[in-house]
Amino acid sequence: MKIKFYPAFLILIFFIIFLIFYKGLQNPNTYTPSVEIKKNIPEFKVKKFKNEKILNSKDIFLDNKFYLFNIWASWCVPCREEHKYLMKFKKDKNIEIIGLNYKDSDENANEFLNELKNPYDIILSDLDGTIAIEWGAYGVPETFLIHDKKIIKKIIGPINEYSFIEIEEIIK
Amino acid sequence: MASLIGFYSLFSGLLCSIFVIYFSIINFRNSKILDKKILIFTFFQFFFVIISFFALIISFVISDFSNETVFNHSHTTKPLFYKISGVWGNHEGSLLLWLVVLTLFIYLFLIKSKEQKKNYKILTLLFQEIIIIGFFIFLIKTSNPFNYIFPIPTEGLGLNPILQDPALAIHPPVLYLGYVGSSIIFSSALAGATLNYISKDWARHIKKWVIISWIFLTLGILLGSIWAYYELGWGGFWFWDPVENVSLMPWLCLTTLLHCILVLEKKNILTSWVVVLSITTFMLSMCGTFLVRSGILNSVHTFANDPERGLFILIFLFILIFLSLFIFFFIFKNSNKNPTNLFWLSKETSILINNWFMMYFLAVVLIGTIYPIFLEVITSEKISVGPPFFQKLIIPFLIPFLIFMAIGSQLKWVKSDLKNKLYLVLFFIISLILTLLIIKNLKINFLTNTVLLTAAFFLFFITVRDFFKKEFKNLSQNIAHFGFSLLILSILFNNIFSTEIISNLKIGETINSNKIQINFESINQKEKQNYKAIIGKFNIKDQYGKNQILNPELRIYNQPNIVTSEADIKTNLFTDKFITMNLVQNQDYFNIRYQIKPFMIWIWVSVIIICFGGTLSLFKRNYEN
Repeated sequence: MKIKFYPAFLILIFFIIFLIFYKGLQNPNTYTPSVEIKKNIPEFKVKKFKNEKILNSKDIFLDNKFYLFNIWASWCVPCREEHKYLMKFKKDKNIEIIGLNYKDSDENANEFLNELKNPYDIILSDLDGTIAIEWGAYGVPETFLIHDKKIIKKIIGPINEYSFIEIEEIIK
Repeated sequence: MASLIGFYSLFSGLLCSIFVIYFSIINFRNSKILDKKILIFTFFQFFFVIISFFALIISFVISDFSNETVFNHSHTTKPLFYKISGVWGNHEGSLLLWLVVLTLFIYLFLIKSKEQKKNYKILTLLFQEIIIIGFFIFLIKTSNPFNYIFPIPTEGLGLNPILQDPALAIHPPVLYLGYVGSSIIFSSALAGATLNYISKDWARHIKKWVIISWIFLTLGILLGSIWAYYELGWGGFWFWDPVENVSLMPWLCLTTLLHCILVLEKKNILTSWVVVLSITTFMLSMCGTFLVRSGILNSVHTFANDPERGLFILIFLFILIFLSLFIFFFIFKNSNKNPTNLFWLSKETSILINNWFMMYFLAVVLIGTIYPIFLEVITSEKISVGPPFFQKLIIPFLIPFLIFMAIGSQLKWVKSDLKNKLYLVLFFIISLILTLLIIKNLKINFLTNTVLLTAAFFLFFITVRDFFKKEFKNLSQNIAHFGFSLLILSILFNNIFSTEIISNLKIGETINSNKIQINFESINQKEKQNYKAIIGKFNIKDQYGKNQILNPELRIYNQPNIVTSEADIKTNLFTDKFITMNLVQNQDYFNIRYQIKPFMIWIWVSVIIICFGGTLSLFKRNYEN
């Protein structure tokens, strides 16, 4: 039997449309705020934790190196959850962990670190929360993976097993 | 209790549909005349659906919160009118309404087409029953409007306040009559194609169904548009929102079909094209339902968002598409061997040319609507297509469209000549001069604007001339085309002459802008049945020194707790003065938006004129005999 061209063509087209609609249905359809990837990190000046020294962001983040910029607070429960992953990262020599202590008191933050151990190489203090805003953070905890002064990944909420492995893969 | 009746009634309806199919298949082979049983069961199918529909209405009216749909979408303090309109203001209820229209139309079709061949009627019925059963199953399986909840809540969640508006209360039923009404055209075109029955007679018979669907669809879109203008507070009437587009697409297709049916009726050509258009119209309706109901689109309209529902309609839609393709390519034989020789200067040629333009417009709207979905699936990039896309692609092509529309109506069927056609040139020159006079004073120098306005004026004058000259043999067409020219003119003037002032004002403050003075005098509070109103008093002094008081409102609804902003609009024949105020968070000033929108009312009037033209043609026995 001779296959007619037009019907076959149309059926194919409609089949493709069907597949695309079908795939489209699977997509979650809520607006997710666009994660600003590959964006340069903001420049800022910041007070060091438990210290009156003012640091410039340029001096913290160097080229050709991976950094994990983690926003945390002692009052934040999920921060405790992700703490063990931060400790694992601490063992990794490829990455440096910068903590931003968000709207916290030095006293409470210190207690938190004494209790759970300190995973951070440098801790910065963001008493009024303005630096977190500059980074476009949504809340605590939030983690940015930085390389060459660019944000290459952003994790909203605590780090979990999945995102931990993902970051390990990137920094290898 | 009412819910129980409603639910079993729905089941009985489904049972009737199965009986209808059974008897139809038997009747199709055996007998010469249509079996009475078929008619009876078709009636009962409609009867049970309408009982079910009334049961849902009663559940809403008595606020029976043991019914999940009522609980989710109603509230005891809601006015009775909105309790009733709440029935179709939600997914489940509106699908039940869809079913009401489906079953109503097929019943009317059967009793109104007595003179048609038996087998054609039965096949139409069978195709329609496929759709009906599909929707029965969809309704019962995924969106049952009679779900029972226990323990019974004491209060409902309320209807979204922006849906509590008279225009929107009647918008769904009217729109559905057109939207779903096109199903009968689809079924009968498939039946006609199967039996090779697409002919002049068929065209004459199906024409009234096309016109009826078309009128309701047009009115439905109009109501939605009026609602958007009054309620959404943006001061526009069409936003190229995906949900608006899915109502526009069947309209474009149906309008094209309407004109092609006339050609078919007159000359017995374009048979295949008419079949394609009939199928496409309903498929676009179904596709629209899929897009809106599955939540696949991001839109200002938020509807049910349930992947299972989406999947069901998607599969159902494609079953119907493949069925149509199969019938069209493998069963339908274009027995009509009339050579399609069109003379270049004739009515049918101009209709055909405008057909292509319509298809182009349709393609633009279709692509603009579904392209974001495709892009997201393929590249997972999210975009939204906005008005500039549609305007850029559609507006330039409106110019030849309007000109062909004007000239086409002046031509004869089959073959026309250029004798006594000098007035066409004359009218065009007059239009051009008029446009230049208007544009000159405005200092906007858009070439498209000028030419478009000229084309619209051209159509306007030609149709006006026909009112004076013709012996009213083409009155319905003339009225509809006149309405269309008026619509385009109103939209253009509205776009060109609109002015807007946006500002933040405290009580007692005044702003001056372009000789217009807006004074925010005071605010008042009022308690209403289900909301608290904050009414602002604005004294507006226009450029002629005339004072006018406008009172926009903020409504704080109790259930659900939503603040809506009600525009105050002062309408007269030439302009609308439109003001809205909005609360600014934690501040003691209000955001005020004042707009002067000329010819707004003429947009609504012209659409009503278009519909009136269509209605008139229903009452005419023979088209231009």
